[in-house]
Amino acid sequence: MIKVAMATCGIASGAREVMDFLIDELDKRNIDAIVSQTGCMGYCYAEPTLEVSLPGREPVVFGYVDARKADDIIEKYIKNGELLEGIIPVNYEKIDE
Amino acid sequence: MAKYKMHILVCGGTGCRASEGNLLYKNLKNEVKENNLEDDVQVITTGCFGFCEKGPIVKMIPDNTFYVSVTPADAAEIVSEHAIKGRQVKRLLYKDPVKKEQVSDSKHMGFYKKQIRIALRNCGLIDPENIDEYLAADGYEAMGKVLLEMTPEDAIKEMIDSGLRGRGGGGFPTGIKWQIASKVDADQKYVVCNADEGDPGAFMDRSILEGDPHSVLEAMVINGYCIGATKGLIYIRAEYPLAINRLKIAINQAREYGLLGTDILGSGFDFDVEIRYGAGAFVCGEETALIHSMEGLRGEPTFKPPFPAQSGYLGKPTNVNNVETFANVPVIYNKGAKWFSSIGTEKSKGTKVFALAGKINNVGLIEVPMGITLREVIFEIGGGIKDGKKFKAVQTGGPSGGCLTEKHLDTPIDFDNLLAAGSMMGSGGMIVMDEDDCMVAVAKFYLDFTVEESCGKCSPCRIGNKRLYELLDKVTKGQAGMEDLDNLRNLSQVIRDTSLCGLGQTSPNPVLSTMDNFPDEYAAHITDQRCLAGVCKDLIRYEIIPENCVGCTACARNCPVNCILGERKQLHTIDQSLCIKCGACLEKCKFNAVAVV
Repeated sequence: MIKVAMATCGIASGAREVMDFLIDELDKRNIDAIVSQTGCMGYCYAEPTLEVSLPGREPVVFGYVDARKADDIIEKYIKNGELLEGIIPVNYEKIDE
Repeated sequence: MAKYKMHILVCGGTGCRASEGNLLYKNLKNEVKENNLEDDVQVITTGCFGFCEKGPIVKMIPDNTFYVSVTPADAAEIVSEHAIKGRQVKRLLYKDPVKKEQVSDSKHMGFYKKQIRIALRNCGLIDPENIDEYLAADGYEAMGKVLLEMTPEDAIKEMIDSGLRGRGGGGFPTGIKWQIASKVDADQKYVVCNADEGDPGAFMDRSILEGDPHSVLEAMVINGYCIGATKGLIYIRAEYPLAINRLKIAINQAREYGLLGTDILGSGFDFDVEIRYGAGAFVCGEETALIHSMEGLRGEPTFKPPFPAQSGYLGKPTNVNNVETFANVPVIYNKGAKWFSSIGTEKSKGTKVFALAGKINNVGLIEVPMGITLREVIFEIGGGIKDGKKFKAVQTGGPSGGCLTEKHLDTPIDFDNLLAAGSMMGSGGMIVMDEDDCMVAVAKFYLDFTVEESCGKCSPCRIGNKRLYELLDKVTKGQAGMEDLDNLRNLSQVIRDTSLCGLGQTSPNPVLSTMDNFPDEYAAHITDQRCLAGVCKDLIRYEIIPENCVGCTACARNCPVNCILGERKQLHTIDQSLCIKCGACLEKCKFNAVAVV
């Protein structure tokens, strides 16, 4: 499950291209994943941002994602569970916790 | 292929880098290599953890151990003890300042996570174009509860008890506003959502509408039920095409699911929502002007009373609330007024969304409980000032707000404290300024905005602000005398006291607050003809420092008016009579040979 932050700020810095890339590439590489859009995560300084949730693991947010980095995310994180440079730590509390 | 068993995350934020985070990262990598753990342990840098005060931060995954104030010398111990032997390095754990206990897991560090997302609870988590995702996140549950289980009186009481205050700027208690509108008898009433976000640098309403439009719709239905309105209108600026698009999708989906329309959830209550577009006039954020604009009239405010609750849209009782205010509403009914009022300060409950902008590292949208200090917001969540410069001021409340300085950094943020400090909450824009910003120029910038956006209906605002701008302009050009400072103050007072609406009543705030907090800067412009920050063009000069100039010609080649003279490898000089003070030479010089004097 991949969520791409698609608010005005994200789209302006290229989130739409990254989302299209992910949809195409995951398909080509036969990876079963859902790519979904969401609103602004608040990390405007690091747009485009996306959040990847692998089964049984906590969601990880990646910042400054362009097509090259998206490729890395698929190859390294999604396939191998290997983390990449530049992930953004969760720094807020949700209300249902 | 390698599957890592452990990850060591090193904060790569500016704050942590400044305290040797880079060296720490290198040392950790080396230690991992020396112990032949490269296939098992991965060391990576991350974005800012928002806890710069205790940096550098190291987090271990999967056990979530959180180390603070880690020095490069600690790398060996972390690897040998934690990575190899699986034992925590106790001395590096965070110590809870209240309980004096060591906390190992960042999840239990309530103190560390300074943000609580209530209004932004779904932003970045759900797909805003899919109502099912909102429903899965307890969406429309509050509406069901209110419509089916509560009387309008009970629901209003809950809202009053929660202590929620309007997030659009004024901070009027939302429950009281609803109560007033509910008590007026009329054949038709309206609920209006004010999405005319106009403060420069503020974008929280846009983000909410783009990320979680259903929460606003749900709150509007609840509001309608409470006051007896069956129609809702969203006044949104046409410059927000994506937000408008997502709102339209949300409205259609809600209608399809029977969550808008007639007999909602079988409760017998009817409610529907329409969108109205604004043309982007700042004054239309003022509720009476907004209502006029929706009626097709000029966007000009009218004197209150009558309040919109008595006579608003088409002369009918109307309740106007801001987007962020509405976004808080469903949570209050789901979790209870008591829960909501447990967050925040005595008179300001809940959280506030701030848009951090300006010279700050983590530009973005944050939601923090009321009562947090500016220091925590700027230096921890915001990651501090860009390029390690010195903090000078933070502007809150947009063109109606004021500048707060170093001495306000530890003031808890809430509606009343900000007012007392000479600024205001406003819609939540926070523009951070560093030592390179000239406060007179900042005041002039905001006033320029006000002059542009004044609707022209009342003379104090239309003429007064223009004159105020001209006085400031004189100061920035070094043409003002000390008596002009008194003129600025007197005129500000008059505009504040006599303007018709909030725009004029607050427009002198940036001037007054900068005069109060930075009297020396004003004086320097007037008596010494100097702009200390090097911003005001008429008072500065670019000069070449002979000792540093190597004659590389970079400045001369980039000068747009060719006013820099000098041969290759010879000292260059600037012809001051031609210089337009664009600063290109300063930017291009790699040898620190250009200075602003």
